[in-house]
Amino acid sequence: MTRLAPLALLAALAALPLGLGTDPYLLNALITTGILTIGAMSLNLLLGFTGQLSLGHVAFFGIGAYVSALASLGFEVEVGFGLRVVHEPWPAAVGLVLGTLAAGACGYLIGRLSFRVRGAYFVIVTISFAEVVRLVALNWVELTQGPLALTNIPAVTLGLPGLGYWTLKTKAQNYYLVLAVGTLCYLVIGRLVGSRFGRAMRGLKENESLAMSVGINATRTLTVAAVISAAMAGAAGGLYAHYLRIIDPDVFLFATTVTMVIMVVAGGKGTLMGPVVGGLIFGLLPVLLRPVMAPEAQWIVYGLILIAILFAMPKGIVPGLRALGARRRPASPVLEVNPAVQR
Amino acid sequence: MSELIQHLVNALILGGTYALLGIGLTLIFGIMNVVNFTHGVLYTVGAYVMYLAVAALGLNFFLAFPVAILGGLLLGAVIETVLLRPFRGSDIDTTMLVMIGAGIAMQSALLWIFGGVAKAIPSPFPETPLQIGPVSVSWLRLFVLGAALVLIGGTYALINRTRLGLAMRAAFQDADTAALMGVNTRWIDTATFAMGSSLAAAAGALLGPVYVVTPQMGGLAELKAFAIVILGGLGNVTGAAIGGFILAIAEELGAGYVSSGYRDAMGFLIIIAVLVYRPTGLFAKAERIG
Amino acid sequence: MSALLSVEHVGVRFGGLVAIADLHFDVNPGEIVSLIGPNGAGKTTAFNVMTGFLRPSQGEVRFRGTSLAGLPPHEITRLGLARTFQRTSVFPDDTVFDNVMIGLHRQGSLMSRAPLLDTLLGRGGANERRLRERAAALLERVGLAGRSNEKAGSLAYGEQRLVGVALALATEPAMLLLDEPVSGMNASETRVFVRLIRQIRDSGVTLLLVEHDMPLVMDVSDRIVVLNYGRLIAEGPPAAIRADPAVIEAYLGQGSAARHAGAGAREAEHA
Repeated sequence: MTRLAPLALLAALAALPLGLGTDPYLLNALITTGILTIGAMSLNLLLGFTGQLSLGHVAFFGIGAYVSALASLGFEVEVGFGLRVVHEPWPAAVGLVLGTLAAGACGYLIGRLSFRVRGAYFVIVTISFAEVVRLVALNWVELTQGPLALTNIPAVTLGLPGLGYWTLKTKAQNYYLVLAVGTLCYLVIGRLVGSRFGRAMRGLKENESLAMSVGINATRTLTVAAVISAAMAGAAGGLYAHYLRIIDPDVFLFATTVTMVIMVVAGGKGTLMGPVVGGLIFGLLPVLLRPVMAPEAQWIVYGLILIAILFAMPKGIVPGLRALGARRRPASPVLEVNPAVQR
Repeated sequence: MSELIQHLVNALILGGTYALLGIGLTLIFGIMNVVNFTHGVLYTVGAYVMYLAVAALGLNFFLAFPVAILGGLLLGAVIETVLLRPFRGSDIDTTMLVMIGAGIAMQSALLWIFGGVAKAIPSPFPETPLQIGPVSVSWLRLFVLGAALVLIGGTYALINRTRLGLAMRAAFQDADTAALMGVNTRWIDTATFAMGSSLAAAAGALLGPVYVVTPQMGGLAELKAFAIVILGGLGNVTGAAIGGFILAIAEELGAGYVSSGYRDAMGFLIIIAVLVYRPTGLFAKAERIG
Repeated sequence: MSALLSVEHVGVRFGGLVAIADLHFDVNPGEIVSLIGPNGAGKTTAFNVMTGFLRPSQGEVRFRGTSLAGLPPHEITRLGLARTFQRTSVFPDDTVFDNVMIGLHRQGSLMSRAPLLDTLLGRGGANERRLRERAAALLERVGLAGRSNEKAGSLAYGEQRLVGVALALATEPAMLLLDEPVSGMNASETRVFVRLIRQIRDSGVTLLLVEHDMPLVMDVSDRIVVLNYGRLIAEGPPAAIRADPAVIEAYLGQGSAARHAGAGAREAEHA
């Protein structure tokens, strides 16, 4: 049952555009929700499975977006000493990969820097990092156009030589691209947390000294988790850039990180399905709230919902529902899968 | 040379308010183990109370300032009682998330109430700045520095000379033992959070008239407060005070000689430097690992 | 025979406080040695230095001839020196079985050159099966096989200590440091534990214990090292330690040493 739920959800999501027809507003909301959900899944890898809160997660998202956009747009900048760097446009798909790699590299730097010490440092380093990246995007006008935004970002073209190429111009096509990347990220995270690496992360989260004493390299494990998490956030950012085809420094807004945090905490951190459930709820909530209240008021509601969930359901919706289910069926059978990997 | 002196004087003035921000945040962290993500909003609230009192109610500027501090004190006490007390005993991540929720709700509420347009607080000081040799300082900024120094001194006196301060220091050392010794740690938590909040509000009320007041002004102030607190070592009050001035100097010199667009990036560069060379802060004693 | 572990003039100071003044002793292969002393004598501090959780202010620890200076805990474990913890000896939110699986981290890395890649490509199945067999065997060995599926955090205190031992054994150590292993155990559990200690030694693992349970210490130890106020005050076989006036004074306070010296000596003759 618990193993079938993700498959059922995937099937439902895949069939959704057929049922909805082509309502552009709803499809747009679904795509943005999907992209943010990928961000939330990547955040969950750190927050849920290692216990490290990355509050600058939007930095990796934005770096993925900008690198991918710039790689596929091309640029020409002066780097000092009279040197000019000229980059001819590359295909958008290559840009996506580069954006993912660049975000992962930033995750490595931030991890190496901040995992030397524990506690609130990682939180503060990531949040400051996001701010600096935003300032760079705002001030390096020659490269990023600053507040004027990068426009005309090409849509993603997929295909293989000999088979033909497709440029993903319609919303439905982009929806399926996001769904495919999201599914891939889900599977990768699932593999990771069920493996030796996942056990190392859990060990560090539950009892760091003990974990080190059984030979787990804390700094390395956390840094690897940060790299994977940042790369996934970068991939989400790349998807965002090529879908909207315009990005400005506002992609680095703290509010986006907060959205991802709410998705993870509400859905259930440290579970595979949590960010997906939380992502769908909080991604689509604006659709419901838009007719009744202004965006500022929506954010008041979000803030209050976050507090309410922490108060009433501190573990989140997915674990909460599972506990409810377990109470109804008291003689729960021994799980056939590794019980530590919660789905 | 005179340009450098001018930069340093500006830094000194900015540093006083930065120190207020940092001390407030580090007190709350050191005593309650809470990373206060409402700090920036409290700073904004201080500025808006000042704006309401002076521009809307026509209150005297010098009376409005203590009103703003009082506003921060009361709001802080309410936040602690309503939002943090139910989460006593929760881990630091949970309270941090609660504070993030509260911060985002409060900031959005300010935006909803006041709108996004920047507001100016009229100042009673003469327009012509004080000229000492090549250096010029506006009278308003001099008042800002003076008020900040008085508040920093007052905070020190409160911590070191009063019974409340004694109890706070005891709770800082070890909250459980302090509770066993008969210190009312609930009351200490409320007092600490209220005090830290009032310092943030004071900083906002002081810088509001210097710049302009917007609902988002606290976001950057909060980041700077984090940088200051890391610089001084988490929970270290003197470190935060000195850290405030160091950050202000770095920003002034960075803006003056490197690039004004990256003024606000200085805090992050400082964080990197500290983490690379002195992970426990510039003023921390060698700490135990593991 | 050269020593397996040498503590060479180690000193630890926290600010002005001297936790360990000048500690110097050896443990030989195959021995069971106990480190004893009154509360606050610096025993756990010594363990923390030996396992890399604490940097000594002076001196160094050598293990199998290698200096451990500057090595992080996980690398010391890789050299074959494992430990248990006094209070928090388990991963509380995981099952007992998964606790041991986490403990087998190192064995997992020995089975594959690129474990992370294997994981992503789904090639780790055979290794996982072998790890699970080992975990089951370890739980059998410490007598917790029946508790496999329970959450470690919900076990009785004494059983949690056994999980801690299983975790340390999972690293396949040459030497094991046990920090107050029987605290929280009742008399019969302690008796079973003594058998486990001997069995661990017989399997070729050298043991160093910090323990307050004196009958146990006197029973299992080949040699005892006594610390007081961060100083080594005596070292020798159990019989000699029992009769040592300095030890008796440390434990019972001044003045009582003379009274107990006679009794101790008589007891030593009988032993």
